[in-house]
Amino acid sequence: MLGLILRRLGAAWITVVVVAVVVFVGVEVMPGDACTAMLGRDAARIEVLENCRDRMGLNRPPVERFNAWAGDLAQGDLGVSMKRERPIVDIVGPRLRNTLILAFAAALAGVPLAIGLGVMVALRRERPFDIIVSTTALVAMTMPEFVVAALLILIFAIWLGWSSGVVTAAYDAPALTLLFATPLPAVTLALVYMAHILRMVRSSVIDTAGADYILMARMKGVPERQIVRRHLLPNAILPTIPVIGLTLAWLLSGVVIVESAFNYPGLGRLAVNAVADRDLPLVQATALIFGLIYVSMTLIADLLAMALNPRLRTRRL
Amino acid sequence: MSGAPILRAVLSQPSGAIGITLVVGHVMLAVLSPLVLPHDPIAQSADLMLQMPSLSHPFGTDRLGRDILSRVMLGGREAMLIATLATLVAMVWGTVVGIFLALIGGRIDTYIMRIVDALSSIPGILIVMIFVAALGVGATALIPILGCSYGLSVVYIARAAALDFVARDFVLAAQARGEARATILIREILPNVRDTLAVQGAMQWSWLMLGITSLSFLGLGVAPPTPDWGLMIADARGVMPTAPWAVLWPMAMLSTLIVGVNLATDSFAKALGVDRQMGVRAA
Amino acid sequence: MTLLDVQELTISQVGSDAAIVRAATLALEPGETLGIAGESGCGKSTLLLALMGVVKPGLAVTGGHVHLMGQHLGSIAPEAMRRLRGQSIAWVPQSAAMALTPTMRVGAQLAEAMSVHDTIPPGDITARTTALFAQVRLPEPNQIGARYPHELSGGQMQRVVIAMALACAPKLLLLDEPTTGLDVTTQAEILDLLGELRRDTGMAMVCVSHDIGVLARLTARVAVMYAGRIVEDRPTAALLTRPAHPYARALLASVPQIENPGMPPSIPGSPPAPGMSTPGCAFAPRCSRAHAACDLVPALSPLPLGGRVACHSPENGIFAPVVMPTPLVAQEAGVPVVTVRDLVVQYRRASLFARLSRRSRPDSVVAGVSLTLLKGEILGLVGESGSGKSTIVRAIAGLWPRSAGTITLDGANLPARATERDRAALRRVQVVFQNPDASLNPRHTVREILAQPLRLYFNASPAEVEDHARSLTAAVRLDPDHLDRRPAQLSGGERQRVALARAFAAEPDVILCDEVTSALDVSVQASVLALIRDLCQSRGTSCLFVAHDIAVVAALCDRVAVIYLGQIVEIGRTTDVFLRPQHPYTEALLSAIPEPDPMKTMQPVLINGEMPSMTDPPAGCRFSTRCRHVRDVCRTSTPALALRSAEHFTACHFEGITGI
Repeated sequence: MLGLILRRLGAAWITVVVVAVVVFVGVEVMPGDACTAMLGRDAARIEVLENCRDRMGLNRPPVERFNAWAGDLAQGDLGVSMKRERPIVDIVGPRLRNTLILAFAAALAGVPLAIGLGVMVALRRERPFDIIVSTTALVAMTMPEFVVAALLILIFAIWLGWSSGVVTAAYDAPALTLLFATPLPAVTLALVYMAHILRMVRSSVIDTAGADYILMARMKGVPERQIVRRHLLPNAILPTIPVIGLTLAWLLSGVVIVESAFNYPGLGRLAVNAVADRDLPLVQATALIFGLIYVSMTLIADLLAMALNPRLRTRRL
Repeated sequence: MSGAPILRAVLSQPSGAIGITLVVGHVMLAVLSPLVLPHDPIAQSADLMLQMPSLSHPFGTDRLGRDILSRVMLGGREAMLIATLATLVAMVWGTVVGIFLALIGGRIDTYIMRIVDALSSIPGILIVMIFVAALGVGATALIPILGCSYGLSVVYIARAAALDFVARDFVLAAQARGEARATILIREILPNVRDTLAVQGAMQWSWLMLGITSLSFLGLGVAPPTPDWGLMIADARGVMPTAPWAVLWPMAMLSTLIVGVNLATDSFAKALGVDRQMGVRAA
Repeated sequence: MTLLDVQELTISQVGSDAAIVRAATLALEPGETLGIAGESGCGKSTLLLALMGVVKPGLAVTGGHVHLMGQHLGSIAPEAMRRLRGQSIAWVPQSAAMALTPTMRVGAQLAEAMSVHDTIPPGDITARTTALFAQVRLPEPNQIGARYPHELSGGQMQRVVIAMALACAPKLLLLDEPTTGLDVTTQAEILDLLGELRRDTGMAMVCVSHDIGVLARLTARVAVMYAGRIVEDRPTAALLTRPAHPYARALLASVPQIENPGMPPSIPGSPPAPGMSTPGCAFAPRCSRAHAACDLVPALSPLPLGGRVACHSPENGIFAPVVMPTPLVAQEAGVPVVTVRDLVVQYRRASLFARLSRRSRPDSVVAGVSLTLLKGEILGLVGESGSGKSTIVRAIAGLWPRSAGTITLDGANLPARATERDRAALRRVQVVFQNPDASLNPRHTVREILAQPLRLYFNASPAEVEDHARSLTAAVRLDPDHLDRRPAQLSGGERQRVALARAFAAEPDVILCDEVTSALDVSVQASVLALIRDLCQSRGTSCLFVAHDIAVVAALCDRVAVIYLGQIVEIGRTTDVFLRPQHPYTEALLSAIPEPDPMKTMQPVLINGEMPSMTDPPAGCRFSTRCRHVRDVCRTSTPALALRSAEHFTACHFEGITGI
């Protein structure tokens, strides 16, 4: 068991390294570099370009630059933003906090609700409750986040006036203020992945219900409720945990759009702005951080599944 | 099963029938709309700004005075074109790599899947954004980028589907006979995973539509003045209190198309016996 | 009071006339045992489930009724039915591995069987759990409850499931193919256990099996089903010596017998698909005694000496099956065509081959095997699952790399991997796999399947392909119109014929058959065996035939090798090895096979324990841990294969120890 955990951690570490390499190489292989991107038309002027390159150390060979970059990363130094001319860590730090607040708000409320609903509709399969909820989930799944965002703003901010819609808090506002700014963006984020989780849980429960051991439990005379509780649910939910982890990690991409739609001061909005500014070092850093978050979330989900699955804890004697 | 019986099975279900109707409707609209536009979609007009729906402008006008109906009719074309081409790219390279990895197994499989894992862990939208930041916006640039990025999830699906068959005796039998690997790939495995891949292709297409319109929303996708639903929604955000129709119509168009594709795909999957729970949306 | 009373029970598919069980009538008194025999699709499992009040989704009871202890099952309230299940009537499922909840410890699952009923006071449950584990002969009964199902072996899981069934001391036990999928020796132990439990508790049993030999060991009465109907219902001994119904007679005749080595006759034609209704007697199209009256469905009528039969002209002679004796192959002074010397195969991770075998037991190891396949002969390789026999086949075929040893074809060395062999060598060695569902590409037509080797080895043009394909299908006795069909449209036996045709299309010198009849019904099996023999003899092809079913090997093979835990323990002529076994393992194996012979059912089983793990084999003779003749020397030194009599080799330290 310990071996399995170590191997999983090792795999995660390798993935992190590969992410770093990919982010670096991705920029390398493109024509031009951070300076040409940043300077735009000014790049035609050779001295300005050379100046910039000198400052950014872009004249060194790629491998050397990668090592320097990686070395800096290991020490927590993410480089300097070209546009804003400040250390990236200072820019990214508070916004990362904000994004995590948003993501947690969305996940904590959404995941249990989605699992619970998924189980409920599976047990009432093909009945009105199931049809309504499943269809709603299907529709929710197919709508892009920006559409949901716009709809929610329309309904709750403009027509009902309950919320201000667009977020006005600054990026360095205290955590609590930001928490209160999260309801609409969190709901937007949650709606789509909840629909995915619900459908997946529903299908897993229905599949498990046809298993031989469920029939066996019935043949023993076990009451239905107990069958559901002790035999059906543990075996139905367990395989969904890694995929739930995957879905949550995919939340990250939704974050980019949702934050932009609501003007929420998080990492996603920062990334969009960085791209608009053609600030490559900043874009690279945010991509790297997103990758790290994704790897951690899938790692936690896999470890959790391992902990709960007796088959992985012990071997055949 | 092949062709006509499947179509009939799909159309016999209400969800399938609705889905196909929606998709066919949208495709026809996209193809025929340039011929039936009521107004010039990019003509701006200072006195017609934010008009409510009326007889001359059944969907109203946007904040630059452009006719929304015409823009909405064209709004899907560019995105659908990009989505179709990108889907082709994604399916081709994803399938070839996925099946190849399933066949070859061993260390090569492990190493390459590690790289694929790492690539998948960066949200697709960010990968696209990196490229856009470095190269600038353009539809032609988007196609290969999106194709490569969305192809990653196809690799997983194709590999999983192929693995299901690789362990079967008929592949073993082919290997025992001494058939070449390429022959095994094409003759033995591909016909069996064809259905799964077809369903996956349809889902990829819908995800790509969502992705492209999202990018347009962020200003990183289709470039103005070409009409695009995502762009229109982004444009109209500021004027939502006074002119909700500017936002609602493009929303409705996009949603009906996506819902239609999903309903049709679900129906097809059921008719073909394919499990479509596999695969999480790739950004 | 009659325990079980079934009258004219008919179960059909919802919304159609297709009946899976037709007008089944039987009765069971307390303490009686009844076996239900039949081949796949005859409706026996559906009937058994109905005795528990369970119908699979998509089916419904459309006629007749079931009375359990006087109560009509169709009109019992669900809660009362729930109380009956487990308490009065218990179920032993076919596959214990799938019937145990993976996330619950086995002790908890057994305790649950008791806690949901009132028969055992809650305070006594723990003690009774341990007692039950001991009663089913599980090791460490007080500790094994803490284990999860996946930590137990197949035999152990089956015992747990039996314990769960016994928990509340039910009056009736229903068993659905209780020994399928188990090793022969484990199977014998489970049957022994079941017999003892029945004697101790006096409960009634209804057992469904496709293997009449199993029923012969377990039940006093057997009912034979065909196409949804009960066609014969007799005391076991009477059924085995004087089967009355032509189908029962033909079924028994098609079971290969070891004492009567030779090719058993097969039943022509094939059974109707489940649910298909036929006018008159369903067996008439295949029956040699059919006449005009058979247009009417025969009713079950009593026989003068007891029991019932549904036939218009039942047989009443003593059953004496005629087998075609295996002709002694005139071998050309034993010219070897494939020689295997000191073959060692080990399981290695992270390679293409390892992943390919993951679906079967991955720890198969071959530890120094030598054998010779002579030209024109059929050599059998028999052993239990995990013994390494399939691995040997794969090593010869080049699908599994060998760690040591040599394999030669006509004197020339065969490279370890198929990818390293030249086309000529590949053509001369062909493999036929076990599972006809998996060995044919579901998307290809039969023509396409046969075309592949023709194109690969002979560069055949489409016209030549068509020609050859036709003659091949004729050779395997299939209609030419099968060429356009896909595997899903063929029956199991037909698919296996196509697989054989594909193998012979290459005109090989050697055919490797890996459990090719194991997945087929008994009556179909005989015809496939006859086909293999005919094809090999007419083309002079040698065949290595691997199986776990000794009787099948006895029917087909000229010589046989017995393999245990990766080593050959005995090899010689079939008649010598099976009628005069020299190795204790062969002797034990023969005693453990359930045969439909009333004389044999009384013999004791001569083996105990479970097969040791492949990765940690016993020191010295590998069989020493389970051998009933074991001496000290056996534990320290490994015996080599030594010649005992004409061509008969045994790997045992003591000559003649079996005393046969």
